[in-house]
Amino acid sequence: MDISVAANRARVAEHAYCIRRNALRMGEVQGQGYIAQALDIADVLAVAYFNSMRYRPEDPDWEGRDRFLLSNGHYAIALYAALIEAGIIPQEELETYGSDDSRLPMSGMASYTPGMEMSGGSLGQGLTIAVGRALGLKRKGSDAFVYTLFSDGELDEGAIWEGLMSAAHHKLDNMIAIVDVNNQQADGPSSQVMAFEPLTEKMQAFGWFTQRIDGNDLDAVIAAFDAARNHPLPQPRMIIADTLMGCGVPFLEAREKNHFIRVDAHEWQLALEALEAGRNQA
Amino acid sequence: MSTATAAKPKLKTSAMIASIAGEGQRTVAAPFGHALVKLAAERPEVVGMTADLAKYTDLHIFAQAYPERFYQMGMAEQLLMGAAAGFAHEGAMPFVTTYAVFATRRAYDFMHQTIAEDDLNVKIACALPGLTTGYGPSHQAAEDLALMRAMPGMTIIDPCDALDIEQMVPAVAEHKGPVYMRLLRGQVPLVLDEYDYKFELGKAKLVRDGRDVLVISSGIMTMRALEVAKALEADRVDVAVLHVPTIKPLDTSTILREAGRSGRLVVVAENHTTIGGLGEAIATALLTAGVTPPFRQIALPDAFLDAGALPTLHDRYGISTNVMASTIKNWLG
Repeated sequence: MDISVAANRARVAEHAYCIRRNALRMGEVQGQGYIAQALDIADVLAVAYFNSMRYRPEDPDWEGRDRFLLSNGHYAIALYAALIEAGIIPQEELETYGSDDSRLPMSGMASYTPGMEMSGGSLGQGLTIAVGRALGLKRKGSDAFVYTLFSDGELDEGAIWEGLMSAAHHKLDNMIAIVDVNNQQADGPSSQVMAFEPLTEKMQAFGWFTQRIDGNDLDAVIAAFDAARNHPLPQPRMIIADTLMGCGVPFLEAREKNHFIRVDAHEWQLALEALEAGRNQA
Repeated sequence: MSTATAAKPKLKTSAMIASIAGEGQRTVAAPFGHALVKLAAERPEVVGMTADLAKYTDLHIFAQAYPERFYQMGMAEQLLMGAAAGFAHEGAMPFVTTYAVFATRRAYDFMHQTIAEDDLNVKIACALPGLTTGYGPSHQAAEDLALMRAMPGMTIIDPCDALDIEQMVPAVAEHKGPVYMRLLRGQVPLVLDEYDYKFELGKAKLVRDGRDVLVISSGIMTMRALEVAKALEADRVDVAVLHVPTIKPLDTSTILREAGRSGRLVVVAENHTTIGGLGEAIATALLTAGVTPPFRQIALPDAFLDAGALPTLHDRYGISTNVMASTIKNWLG
């Protein structure tokens, strides 16, 4: 492996570790949170914020920034962890997560948080907003990208497919969408709640440049983000990321999968220690 | 048989594109489309978006004038609202069009969450408001105002005629934030130019004064109220008409002032179900202020409305000029 590539990977890996640690500490503050999802998506967020996206931490509304739209608002704990790591939210605000009057509510809302570009929570909306943003950026002559993250459960929502069709129709090559396939939604495994495979073929058929990767393999995530950005054809770009809930904390990875996993009070510290142990092994 | 040769009576049509203009009434073609073209010349941030209904919301006029600022979002109202929100985030002022039923009933959460919650500068213009088509409940937005009134931060306009629409378009552009506009399309009656009237956002206007009855109305019901007032002159009934084109925020002070003038029957007339519209809004305002004149409501019933010819339906549900005039006369006793 090229030395610079290896160094970049190591740098991004360290950020991914810090994002997981931030998320676990926020979970500890509230004694709850969508921590399994935060741990599964940490690698994707690390690559987005520390390999791919253009932004200015001191100026979250900088016109030239790439936009990141969190459609699955319950992943806010993960995005806050990334925004803290990126220096957009001060580290000390982590302690306020989910508290009254905090800028970091449990579900992501644009008016509350610097760097939060949309109000999620009502699932299946992010892709439609992303389409409008991508159209708006093109009209302004901006070369910024619109990234949007949504979950496999959101594939059940019809509006996702409206967004998919229109992004291709309008040739929105400034759109990069990431689906987190952790195969878990409120009522059980996503594939059993509403079968969504074969997903790659569906996305391709809808006109998207589509890559499917192991979302917890940093090399694969970096390569996919780079390819999405550099793809030469005038079409939107899709990254299907298969992820492991609880990734990085072995006892949470092994826990029975659930949309909202239970973590006992004493386990947050154990989780932080397990994460640290994994970091030292890496 | 002799009956075989007798001509069948011609049936009335339930055509969807029935104009609300009466026979011989003065009209203006596509006032919304033309006003938007004029606005767009002054405001480069204006874009037009629709969900496969440009031709039926007069947005095609804008699309012809500014093809590069017109965005076809397909027959997908949730996408329409979400994308308009995204566009507004990027500094544009989207005017989005569809039918009132599809915006309010089908895409409600998208307006609520993606547009209103973030106070975005999206202007939603919806044709076929209330009972303005005979096509049946799928297209009759009898409850659009009730739904939209319940949405925080939403400004709501119900214009009466072509003049109202022409003046409303630049006014809503001047207002920062989301707006829901009821739209009259095609050949739109022109009525208010005969009166000393100008549209002002948030203002109710006394279009005509009178001693016996105060009709408080919005939208096409103001046109009807003015016709009723003329008709009842013959019966020596003196009818005042207070036009309330802005449903939210409601101009409570003007309404209280006019309704508080003693000796008049107050009639709220609206092209909307009795539930949750102008009538209930005014009743709440009056009761809260302790102003309690005799009060009546002319509105659509709480029911799935029939299909049929529009004049037939307006008679059936009591919002035609003739039925409204006799209803008010009966109330006066």
